[in-house]
Amino acid sequence: MPSLKSLRIRINSVKSTQKITKAMKTVAASKLRRAQEAAQAARPYAERMERMLASLAAGQADNDNAPRLLNGTGRDQVHLLVVATADRGLCGAFNSSIARAARRKAQELLQAGKEVKILCVGRKGRDILRRDLAKHIVDSMEATKGKRLAFSDADGVKAKVMEMFEKGEFDICTIFYNHFRSAISQVVTEQQLIPAAVAGSEPVDLGGAAYEYEPDEEQILDRLLPRNLTVQIYRALLENQASEQGARMTAMDNATRNAGEMIKKLTLVYNRNRQAVITKELIEIISGAEAV
Amino acid sequence: MADKVTFELVSPERLLLATEADMVVVPGQEGDFGVLSGHQPVISMLRPGAVDIYEGERLVERIFVAGGFAEVSSDRLTVLVEEATAQKDVDQAALPRRIAELRERIEEAGEDDALRQSLEARLAYLELMGESGQPH
Repeated sequence: MPSLKSLRIRINSVKSTQKITKAMKTVAASKLRRAQEAAQAARPYAERMERMLASLAAGQADNDNAPRLLNGTGRDQVHLLVVATADRGLCGAFNSSIARAARRKAQELLQAGKEVKILCVGRKGRDILRRDLAKHIVDSMEATKGKRLAFSDADGVKAKVMEMFEKGEFDICTIFYNHFRSAISQVVTEQQLIPAAVAGSEPVDLGGAAYEYEPDEEQILDRLLPRNLTVQIYRALLENQASEQGARMTAMDNATRNAGEMIKKLTLVYNRNRQAVITKELIEIISGAEAV
Repeated sequence: MADKVTFELVSPERLLLATEADMVVVPGQEGDFGVLSGHQPVISMLRPGAVDIYEGERLVERIFVAGGFAEVSSDRLTVLVEEATAQKDVDQAALPRRIAELRERIEEAGEDDALRQSLEARLAYLELMGESGQPH
């Protein structure tokens, strides 16, 4: 049976752990709100760009000379998986579920005889994937450089992807991230970046009129597609950021509750022990007095 | 005046401005063009320059943009930019220093063409703010 002193120490340590998890939960909650706002604010740009792209792509569907970013290289031999995770842990299954999805996809592709390259965005994803897919990881970077996620962070990822694409190092690029549904539910999502998936949005109805392009369609597409790539990556990173905070909030909430339960249990044992000691002392005194 | 045109200025981070105006002049790749209500649908690239918003004959706001895209469709003008600064927010005092810094970085960039080009575009943007930033 543990001594009273060691129980007291134990209870105190669980109490201070609870304080920490509680604080982390509060911090995550406020960060979550900010991340959600950022994700919301970024939506108009992405929507309008998608609309523009849809009307441009409609005219390029059967053009053999269309930019390769739009129609792909015509092969699907080499896949690049961009795995976007967080830089920090302590957020429940957030990082591991993304990594699991990426690993499953990688194994599927490898079994099908394809080549797989992995670009890790975020420290945690790299740490997890390094265990069994180390030789496939081509590069890794941190998710955010500064305190807050900026558009330039997405630009850095895009620059790397574009550099590899221009060198012909892969044919198809897919990004893995957590789609933010609510604070307690995040869905791992894989989205194809190259060739660009534009089928999702309808071109605007112009009432019979057609767009005029200035200077011309090809040049605009040449500029618009890389831009769109950045926007898609940026959006994924924003979603991820909100999801990360949501997951951390839930995880820390659970941890706080578990700590509370543990304290209750330990206190119960402590009190019972204390009582037993008192009873024992009383018995000793009484039996001592009787003997005299 | 006839109908107005709905104007939206959007950056990747947020919707910067949504307003109605009689005419908006945007710096297209092949020359500035004014957008009034009923303009033909156009998708155009933008060069670094000034977006002017007119209310009647009066220039109400001038915003400097560092290049981007403009889309006109049925009485609506959407401008996608990476960076925009309203004329009234331009810090004239800090401009010469920022331009000088940028010039230095262009010198340093040397052989790196991609970097130099992006820096030069930035320089053009800053210089533009310096030149036409003065009140008329």
